[in-house]
Amino acid sequence: MNVEQLDIRGHMAQFAPFDDLPDALLDRIAGEVEIRYFQAGSELLVKDQPVEALWYIRSGAVEMYQRSGRLFNRLSEGDIFGYSDLLRSNRRVRYPVSAIEDTLIYFIPGDVFEAICEEDDDFAEFVETGGQRLKVTVEQQRDDSGLMTTRVRKLISRQPQMVEASMSLQQAALQMRDANVTCVLVVDVTETHSAYTFTGPDGRHWQLNGILTDRDFCTRVLAEGKSAQTPVGEVMSRKVIVVQSDESVYEAMLCMLRNQVHHLPVLHRRQPVGVLHLSDIVRHETHSSLFLVNNIFVQNTPEQLARLAPEVGTGFVRMVADGANSEMVCRALATIGRAFTQRLIELAEAELGPAPVPYCFMVLGSMAREEPTINADQDNALVLHDDYDPERHGEYFEALARLVCDGLDACGYPYCKGDVMATNPRWRKPLQVWKRYFTEWMDEPNGERLLHSSIFFDLAPVHGETPMVEALQDLIAELAPQRPIFLAALARNAKNRTPPLGFFRQFVMEQDGEHRKSINLKRRGTAPLTDLVRVHALACGSKAQNSFARLDDIAQTKLLADGVTERLRYAFEFMSMVRIRHQADAVERGVEPDNSVDPENIGSRERHHLKDAFEAISNAQKFLSFRYTMPSRSGSSRTGGGSEEQRGHR
Amino acid sequence: MTLRAGARRPSQPTWPDYMASRAQQARESRLADFFTRGTLDPDTPIGEAPLVAMDFETTGLDSSRHDIVSVGVMPFTLSRIRPADGRYWVLSPRRKLSDESVAFHHITHAEVADAPDFAAIIDELLDSLAGRLVVVHYRQLERTFLDAAVRERLGEGLLMPMIDTMSLEARIHRQSWWARLRRWAGRPMASIRLHESRQRYHLPAYTGHHALVDSLATAELLQAQILYHYDWETPVGALWR
Repeated sequence: MNVEQLDIRGHMAQFAPFDDLPDALLDRIAGEVEIRYFQAGSELLVKDQPVEALWYIRSGAVEMYQRSGRLFNRLSEGDIFGYSDLLRSNRRVRYPVSAIEDTLIYFIPGDVFEAICEEDDDFAEFVETGGQRLKVTVEQQRDDSGLMTTRVRKLISRQPQMVEASMSLQQAALQMRDANVTCVLVVDVTETHSAYTFTGPDGRHWQLNGILTDRDFCTRVLAEGKSAQTPVGEVMSRKVIVVQSDESVYEAMLCMLRNQVHHLPVLHRRQPVGVLHLSDIVRHETHSSLFLVNNIFVQNTPEQLARLAPEVGTGFVRMVADGANSEMVCRALATIGRAFTQRLIELAEAELGPAPVPYCFMVLGSMAREEPTINADQDNALVLHDDYDPERHGEYFEALARLVCDGLDACGYPYCKGDVMATNPRWRKPLQVWKRYFTEWMDEPNGERLLHSSIFFDLAPVHGETPMVEALQDLIAELAPQRPIFLAALARNAKNRTPPLGFFRQFVMEQDGEHRKSINLKRRGTAPLTDLVRVHALACGSKAQNSFARLDDIAQTKLLADGVTERLRYAFEFMSMVRIRHQADAVERGVEPDNSVDPENIGSRERHHLKDAFEAISNAQKFLSFRYTMPSRSGSSRTGGGSEEQRGHR
Repeated sequence: MTLRAGARRPSQPTWPDYMASRAQQARESRLADFFTRGTLDPDTPIGEAPLVAMDFETTGLDSSRHDIVSVGVMPFTLSRIRPADGRYWVLSPRRKLSDESVAFHHITHAEVADAPDFAAIIDELLDSLAGRLVVVHYRQLERTFLDAAVRERLGEGLLMPMIDTMSLEARIHRQSWWARLRRWAGRPMASIRLHESRQRYHLPAYTGHHALVDSLATAELLQAQILYHYDWETPVGALWR
């Protein structure tokens, strides 16, 4: 036997049903194998085509579809298919098969297959009871090459096509045609240095200035009657949304959906290395819950939107089953929540007409931090332009707020119990008033203001004039580090809710609403952690909203001892994940998801980790009172002694 | 009429012309037979072409100082590779086998001690190649070693058109606008070695430096390259050199 047949034989011998075959039969198969390469996306077997061989996947992956077009099975390295068709009398393909990755196939000729079935009962039984070969079904499939873990660069198969802005449209079109691509990147030499420049060896900076897609040729060239000699720079889109090559495919998809673009240039550091098209992702993963977002933007009434609400839960369960981490799950939920909000505002504007003065609709709390869970309430507010006149404009914004908040409630985001909503006139104010609110809260904190701070100081724009909300974020980042009294008071509040650990590291249980003994993972875990992270983030002037991003900023300072931010990150991820799995389980069982977990229901290893996580919070809480001491009343001025102490923090 | 190995333009004279004239002029009957069976029409779509992947392992890179130690050939088409049809010969080098090349090729002194001289396999090798378009990875090596080995034994050289998967890979990954920009910017060039090239098409890793395994690997690589960058209708004349 030749050496390359030994390689074939060695590969097959690892996989059922070949692993149990006697050597002689295995030799015979390996000696008869034929090979062919298939590119990802190509059809391997078309329905009703005659089948002449058993197909063995040497490398790559394929999908098999039912008549209805439903995914029937997904097969990868070492799997076989085509045997059920070979066993049928007409030997024709029942289930079409296509390659989802580049795939190398070994064919075992039909007569060899027959002979093996004849000689080896186990082999025959294996292929005849093909049902057990179904490793996955659609309902319970785990996608190992999923969106969460696959990096964008894996989907990039070719270099980007690039042109200079002075090139004519016709030349660009020729280049696109010859390279068979649907977009080109426009790069130019530039004098200045920015986030998009990469340096050439001559010391000049190249900059990615624009993108031109085949769609642009329709909408910006033909429709506008531009000549073919027009320079590319005149019609290209200057707003270039990019993604880094090591980000997840999932991240890239979020980015496309958020920005409503179909082409996404992929950068390695600053150099363009490829362009990702939405269809690349669709091909990669056709069932993602995030297509929901796309769906949201095409609904035309609040009622239609509300009908999409159940899909959020389904998508959530799916992501958890797919092995997404808490950050991914939460960011997906945040993106979906923002999409609902945004679409509801667009619909409200369509109904009420354009806004009389500029405004920005913002979300607060967990949605702003991109950490909502499946049962999140809505928290939102309106920042209005300073030209706002309650007499003339009040009615419009009240109606807008009403439409949006009612719509959100119908879409599964219940009204906020604390009335932190745009419908509350107090939270529908001009920018100046918001600035005054925030300044007052930090200058003279009291119980209510501290409570507000812990909700409103997690804020993010959703729709409208984004800079208005950014101005508020800037204000907080600027003032908070200089307000030691405020920070000390906030720190004290952050310790109100302690982790449920007893003196001997045992869990301290509470009774939940239904009088079960349990631990509230939100109240006793994630919420206190979010609170204490917020205090540190405010102290170091971070403008980040997401707790992980805040921990990154905090880690840049000397605020916490080495390794502490890492431990907190781990604790947060772990507790969030236990909570998310608990909720996914509830959604799947059709019961209302909550935050109360019975430690008896989680494995002993997880229980141990959970205790570690609680301990990390407990230690971090103790550190808070040490770090943010209330300045002595006598010498206290808001900026004086405090700022010196704060300088030490930074 | 001469056609230098490595000449970049097959058009003057064309490969079929060259084969026809050698068929007329060859004194050695086995070579005359080989050339009489000719090569393909340059317009033949690659998808219909009978192909044969070929790989040599040698004691070095210089055909005037080094020898072929093994030969692997693998007939195939774009739709099928049949490993069972592959042929493999270990040869006895005329010059001493160095220890380094033993380590490299896993061919031992004992193996080559009983191995035949290249002369003994010429008939079978020519038979495997005749009428098929030869596919190699890095044609300079196979072309010059084959030419030199045949010239030494039969008194006349042996040249033929070849598709070089390495130069196809270079066209794609080294000569594009972007590849030049990368090189200009001091970035490393994409590797076009057999293993690295295969990785770009998600082909599995094989044990390298075995003439037959490498010829199989080259055959698979060509199937992938054609699907990615050309198509089955591409005329062989656009691919061979």
